[in-house]
Amino acid sequence: MSGQTQNAGRLIKRQKLSTRVTHWIWAICLFFLLLSGLQIFNAHSALYLGDQVGFTYENAIFEIEGFPSWMTIPSTQDLATGRVVHLFFAWIFAATLIVWFVASLWNRHIRKDLLPTTKDAKNFVPDIRDHLRLKLVHTVRYSPLQKLAYGGVLFVLFPLIIMTGLSMSPGMNAVLPWLPELFGGRQSARTVHFIVMALLVAFFVVHMAMIVLAGPVNELRSIITGRYRLSPSAKKEAPHV
Amino acid sequence: MSKLILSRRSLLRASLASAAALPLGGCEAFDFLRTRDNAMREFMIGMNNLTYKAQRLLLSADQLAPEFTVADIKQDQHPNGSTEPDTDDYLALQEKNFADYQLEVNGLVERPMRFTLDAIRTMPSRTQITRHDCVEGWSCIAKWQGVPLMQILGQVGVKPEARYAMFHCFDAIEKGLSGEILYYESIDLIDARHPQTILAYAMNDKPLPVENGAPLRVRVERQLGYKMAKYIRRIELISDFSQIEQGQGSYWADRGYEWYAGI
Repeated sequence: MSGQTQNAGRLIKRQKLSTRVTHWIWAICLFFLLLSGLQIFNAHSALYLGDQVGFTYENAIFEIEGFPSWMTIPSTQDLATGRVVHLFFAWIFAATLIVWFVASLWNRHIRKDLLPTTKDAKNFVPDIRDHLRLKLVHTVRYSPLQKLAYGGVLFVLFPLIIMTGLSMSPGMNAVLPWLPELFGGRQSARTVHFIVMALLVAFFVVHMAMIVLAGPVNELRSIITGRYRLSPSAKKEAPHV
Repeated sequence: MSKLILSRRSLLRASLASAAALPLGGCEAFDFLRTRDNAMREFMIGMNNLTYKAQRLLLSADQLAPEFTVADIKQDQHPNGSTEPDTDDYLALQEKNFADYQLEVNGLVERPMRFTLDAIRTMPSRTQITRHDCVEGWSCIAKWQGVPLMQILGQVGVKPEARYAMFHCFDAIEKGLSGEILYYESIDLIDARHPQTILAYAMNDKPLPVENGAPLRVRVERQLGYKMAKYIRRIELISDFSQIEQGQGSYWADRGYEWYAGI
C-alpha cells in the first residue's frame, strides 16, 4: 500500500453528488427489486411470448420450479408482500432515474462523461485489449468500455425495465395501449422484463469484479466521497477537473 | 505482477464476503414485512397508493382497455380461484340452471331492485374481447358479453354519498373455524361506470360456465383478475368499507393485496 502512495497520481474530484446519491439509491432499490421480483415470478414460474399464456396449447419458452427461498423477499411464498415491496421500490427507482437524468443534463455528466466521442471509437479496441490484460488505468474520463457499460445500463436497461414493468399494468395498458405491443404483447413484455433483470445481474457481477480488480479502495472512495486517485500515467491527460 | 496477485486475493476475499452476505438478503431478514401492521409495510403501502392516484390522473373516466380480435381467442378462459362453489344457496340455483337467480342491487340507492337473468339478458349488452391479467402473472384472452353495470346503476339510482360498488358473491373461497368466508370485492364508481365494466353472462359465445363465474361475473378491464368477482349474488352501493370484514375493501385486499389493482 505504501509503495502505491509513493508514486500515486493526483487525487481529483471525480463523481458529482447527484451521481453518488442516485448510485446508492439504485443499489438499494435493485437489491429489493430483484429479490421481490423473483418472489413475484415464483407465483407463475414460466415465461412466454405473445399476449397470453397457453393453457390448452404450448407457448412457454422457459419454465422452472421456482427460485429458492433464500433468493426471494419474503423468504416464504407470499405474492402480496412481494408486490408491496416491488412496487414501492419501483416508484423510488423510477423517480431516481428522472432526478438523475435532469441533474446529469444540468451538470453535464451525460455530455462530458457518458456520451461516446470519436476518441472513444479509436480507443475501443485497445481498451478491450487493456481490460483483457487487466491493465486498468485510472483516468479522469471513463474508458470506452466503461461508457458502453454505464451508458447501456442507464439509457437502455433502466428505461427498458421500467417500460416492460408498466406494460404488465392493466391500468397503464389503457393509458398507453401501444406499450405492451412494442414488446410483442404482455407476456413478451414480462419475458423482456426478466431478461433485462438477468442482464442487470450480469452487469452487477462484472461491475463488482472490475471494482475489485481496479482497486476497491479508490473505486469505492470515488462513489462515496467523490474523490478518485488517478494513475501516475494518467496525469498528462487530466488538464481540466 | 504483484498487483495482479493482490487483485486476485482481494477478488477472492470479495467473492467470499458477498457469498456470505447473499443468504442474508433473501431469507428471513425481511420477513418482518409480512406482518400486517408493521410500520415499514404500512409506509410502503401508503407510498403505493400513488399508483391509484397516478392512474386516476392519467386515465380519463372512459378510456378503454385494449380490445382484441376473434383471431386472438385461442382457448377458453383459464379458471382460477373458486371454480365449483358448494354453498347451499348456489347449489340450489345451479340445479335449476339459474332459472330462479335474481341479482340484488341495494345499499345507497334510490330504488333497491332485483333483476332476473332473463331481464338482464334482454337489456342492451356490450361484447368485448379482452385480456384477463392475473396477479400471478398469466394472461388469457376471451370474449365477454354482458350488461354494462352503468345501466343497472342508472336503473336503481345511485345516491350521491355512494363511493363504491361492493360485490357480494356466492362462493366460499375459504372455510375457517368461524364459518364460510364468502368472496367480496369492491370498485370505485369511476370503474363501476366505465363502459367496459359489464356483468358478463356469456363467454366466447356460450353461456358463462360455472368455473368462470356463472351466472354473473363482473369485468373490470383496467385492473387485475382478482377484482373481477365471480358468482355475484348482490351488489351493494356503499360510502365506506372500513367496517366490512377487515376493512380493506375486498377478500384479497384483506389478505395483503392492493385494493386498487391497476398494476
